[in-house]
Amino acid sequence: MASAAIPANSVPGTKTNYLTNGFSLKSWLLTTDHKRIAILYLISVTLFFFLGGFFAMLIRLELLTPQGDLMQADTYNKVFTMHGMIMVFFFLIPVVPATLGNFLVPLMVGAKDLAFPRINLLSWYLYVIAGGLFLHCMLVGGVDTGWTFYTPFSTAASNTHVIEAGLAVFIAGFSSIFTGLNFIVTVHRMRAPGLTWDRLPLFIWANYATSLIMILGTPVVAITIVLVAVERIFHLGIFDPRLGGDPLLFQHLFWFYSHPAVYIMILPSMGVISELITCFSRKRVFGYKFVALSSIAIAVIGFLVWAHHMFVAGISLYAAMIFSFLTFFVGVPSAIKVFNWTATLYRGSISYTTPMLYAFGFIGLFTIGGLTGLFLASLGIDVHVTDTYFVVAHFHYVMVGGVLMGFLGGMHFWWPKISGRLYPEGWARLSALLVFVGFNLTFFPQFILGYVGMPRRYWQYPDEFQVLNVLSTAGASVLAVGYLLPMIYFLWSLRYGELATANPWNAAGLEWQTSSPPPTFNFDETPVVTWEAYNYDEIDAHPQEVPVGR
Amino acid sequence: MADSQATIVEAEVQNPELRHHFADMEQQKNAASLGMWLFLVTEIMFFGGMFCAYLVYRTSHFAALAAGSQTLDIKWGAINTAVLIVSSVTVVLAINAIQHGKPRTTINYLVITVLLGLVFLGIKSIEYTNKFEEHHVPGAGFHFTGTFDDNGKQIPVAENEVQLFFSLYFAMTGMHALHMIIGIGIMTTLAVMTWKGRFSAQYYTPIENAGLYWHLVDIIWIYLFPLLYLISRHT
Amino acid sequence: MSKFLPLWPDRASTMAWQVDALYIYLVLVAAVMTLLIFTAVAIFAVKYRVRPGHKAHQIEGSMVLEIGWSIIPFGVMLTFFVWGAVLFFKERTPPASATEVYVVAKQWMWKIEHMEGQREINELHVPTGQNIKLIMTSQDVIHSFYVPAFRIKQDVLPGRYTTLWFNATQPGKYHLFCAEYCGTSHSGMIGDIVVMEPQQYAQWLSGGPSAPLPEAGKELFSSLGCATCHRVDVQGRGPNLTNVYNKPVLLEDGRTVTADENYIRESILNPTAKIVSGFKPVMPTFQGLVTDEQLNALVAYVKSLAQQPSGAAGTQNQTTASPSGQPQTMQVQ
Repeated sequence: MASAAIPANSVPGTKTNYLTNGFSLKSWLLTTDHKRIAILYLISVTLFFFLGGFFAMLIRLELLTPQGDLMQADTYNKVFTMHGMIMVFFFLIPVVPATLGNFLVPLMVGAKDLAFPRINLLSWYLYVIAGGLFLHCMLVGGVDTGWTFYTPFSTAASNTHVIEAGLAVFIAGFSSIFTGLNFIVTVHRMRAPGLTWDRLPLFIWANYATSLIMILGTPVVAITIVLVAVERIFHLGIFDPRLGGDPLLFQHLFWFYSHPAVYIMILPSMGVISELITCFSRKRVFGYKFVALSSIAIAVIGFLVWAHHMFVAGISLYAAMIFSFLTFFVGVPSAIKVFNWTATLYRGSISYTTPMLYAFGFIGLFTIGGLTGLFLASLGIDVHVTDTYFVVAHFHYVMVGGVLMGFLGGMHFWWPKISGRLYPEGWARLSALLVFVGFNLTFFPQFILGYVGMPRRYWQYPDEFQVLNVLSTAGASVLAVGYLLPMIYFLWSLRYGELATANPWNAAGLEWQTSSPPPTFNFDETPVVTWEAYNYDEIDAHPQEVPVGR
Repeated sequence: MADSQATIVEAEVQNPELRHHFADMEQQKNAASLGMWLFLVTEIMFFGGMFCAYLVYRTSHFAALAAGSQTLDIKWGAINTAVLIVSSVTVVLAINAIQHGKPRTTINYLVITVLLGLVFLGIKSIEYTNKFEEHHVPGAGFHFTGTFDDNGKQIPVAENEVQLFFSLYFAMTGMHALHMIIGIGIMTTLAVMTWKGRFSAQYYTPIENAGLYWHLVDIIWIYLFPLLYLISRHT
Repeated sequence: MSKFLPLWPDRASTMAWQVDALYIYLVLVAAVMTLLIFTAVAIFAVKYRVRPGHKAHQIEGSMVLEIGWSIIPFGVMLTFFVWGAVLFFKERTPPASATEVYVVAKQWMWKIEHMEGQREINELHVPTGQNIKLIMTSQDVIHSFYVPAFRIKQDVLPGRYTTLWFNATQPGKYHLFCAEYCGTSHSGMIGDIVVMEPQQYAQWLSGGPSAPLPEAGKELFSSLGCATCHRVDVQGRGPNLTNVYNKPVLLEDGRTVTADENYIRESILNPTAKIVSGFKPVMPTFQGLVTDEQLNALVAYVKSLAQQPSGAAGTQNQTTASPSGQPQTMQVQ
């Protein structure tokens, strides 16, 4: 059989695992076990997700009516700023790498832990400190610059807690950098014997590419925030034209990171999808090399397109044309992935489990989101729709329809591995459906809203935009239910869920060659890899000897 | 690439510094090295943002930046450059000493490195004080009446544009000085650890990696010096 | 279009239908692509669902397919790029003979100044069928001038001018929005573009009392003392500004720049930034001494000097002697 021997502790309920290895608070808060750190992240990231979601709900409620009648304009400005900052910096960027990535990267490469376990713990503490600082900032009055901090508004005109918010983002950035650094060194130096680069799971390729972006891009936004803070405190003129500075310089520095940042968000989710599609079609992925290298291509080209956020900002005609052209270029590797995943389904043996439903949803929503990105890349259209709800719809399709669907799919897929329990499939499928329907209802009307001309960040709007706004808010309530259900049934399953075996899905990948949940040091023996990735033909030819079930 | 891959090790006499998740010391050392190089890349990107701002403003406001630059004292800048280069040499000598199993020598060189670092900071504080007294510190009290000496021709410059130069000067050298302080702290800690017997010819990775950090901070200064001090200086 | 559920804004400019045409093309291509992918996924998911006796068939990949579905979509994307770029070029290149209107944005209103002197707040009256060029600046933070019905948008920045042009085709009232978040009343910084038939517009224009912008500028030019140094009769301490607009200017440091609106504006606010070749850097700065509206008037005045039939270019007159260096008393009111 082409896999390492299933260890004796695959019989569920026996032997100590990483969850039962110490129950004190100290054993959790001072852990260096990547799996426990992943759980710590999971808890914190989920808390921030619901906080950001709460702000989203406030936005959608306010926008039910054309007038600003739920809250004052200043409050609304703070609410959308918080929503953006929390979701971008405290949810979307860490969600897949710091939870699923932290948990799975060492397991998938056959290692006992990440290269630097203490730095891993440090990165969580940095995240928590940053989060705490940001919460404090909210409590003392919040910030109203938008998550994009544009100058000179953020340096000279806003009278909210810009520096504190900026400091929180700065610290969270270092959390991100350390995660990325850890992943790169782990993948380079700690792969199990026989695990060559072309045998790696695509989830690893995806996280590797993400980590490259994390370490190259995040420092730039860090220094940009420092400069904004310095300008604000000392009334310097780096970005203020009245003092000789250039507001466009801020935008260039900011977007140089913030565009690659969106690839930090999507690439790991794309990695998840590769794992789900292969397992639930029982096939190797179509065009492995192309999918693997497309992750790297996205990371590299992603650094060359930042000024497509600035087409109407005052850059020259020629600069705009160059960035528009490059932006189309970066769409190609993403398209390649979608085609390869679809081709993987061809002549597969497909089951409609919850993770697979999320994968289908991802393909559909990411396709729409990616295609609308092409609208924005096209200069003539961008002039009309930039800074409108068209952009809002586009990025929610790729962020929520893409990143979040991938994350939820991955959570369901690896939940047995992480918790040792099975989630209730019926409820999970219902939630997936609710998420898909609710999502489209919420955000598709916003494409139309944007083309009709409703600008972003508007607290009040002309009457004719109301119907579309109401549709969007209605969809959001469905979406909210879709997100709340998993919270409930995942927690429920911890106590009442069926016990999971080592490999309930019969999936390929080293993480399935150890018990559910894994022991603290992952493997009883270091595995030696002699098989290709996604060797489902071999796996299905030799069903597991170990009985499934209790 | 020549990645070191884990070898399946039977129980053997292991170095007490071997962490549990590494198969052997070689893998641990390679991992630590790669980690430090990646961290240095992030530092380069971090300073890179400021270098970028410098580049933009030097292109658009050359005369103002040159005028500001000409008020800096080359003497101190040059001495500081020499001090840092020598300190990088002492770091290398410290590593060399521990590679040959000479902890006392290592400590000596580390201490000299720290002292040189303190000299650097001392000179920087002299320079900052001078700037403060000349009202060249950006902010409310900023005042600049000089001109850009373009080979004898005195070209007047806008005060707020010169303030840009000093903003960049303080931001860049300030951030560099912060990194120096951290480096001094690290070197001091390593000297103490060496004195306590933590390092030997078999294990000195932290000293090596800290050396890499120190070299980077040195190299950043070597770029800062001509860019900030030597704009349009003619003999 | 339905006021209840609008699908696209009014088409009220020459560019509007062109932008909509590209949009429709993009929508069609995106719809086809989406349908293709959705259909493929749906068909495969059903046809190849797991059932007894059915095994998955391993396929490594196909170089032909990979290249095919990289090149063909990229080719299609190139059409998006080219069409979009051509439109953008048109949108960003104002026709030579456009009527100019100055716009000053501030938190949270739009201040409009017509060349004829008409001033408006949050409203812009324009005639149909005429090329209108907006020359815009901000008094404080970044704003963005957005008219959905014209399909145009341009950020308005502090410290410099940005421009926008359009040619309105349909009389009516159209939304003007600020599209760059600028603080508390960002969503309140809205107004109307009022498009009128030419005769009605002429009537509206004649109703205003203010002096044309260049005339207001000429008065300022004199009252602020500019005329003392920038003379047209004899060589003054400053360059002769007749016919300087949009012409190349040789600077002291050897560079040659074009004297556009931004150059003129900078020369007033930051005169030592660019010294004209042959002149001494003695011009004082007017930063803080003139409002944005006054700047616009001065810029308009200097531009109007370009229409003079006679007058030397903006450098030293050959026929008169250089100034003796004796300070002349400036007439300041």
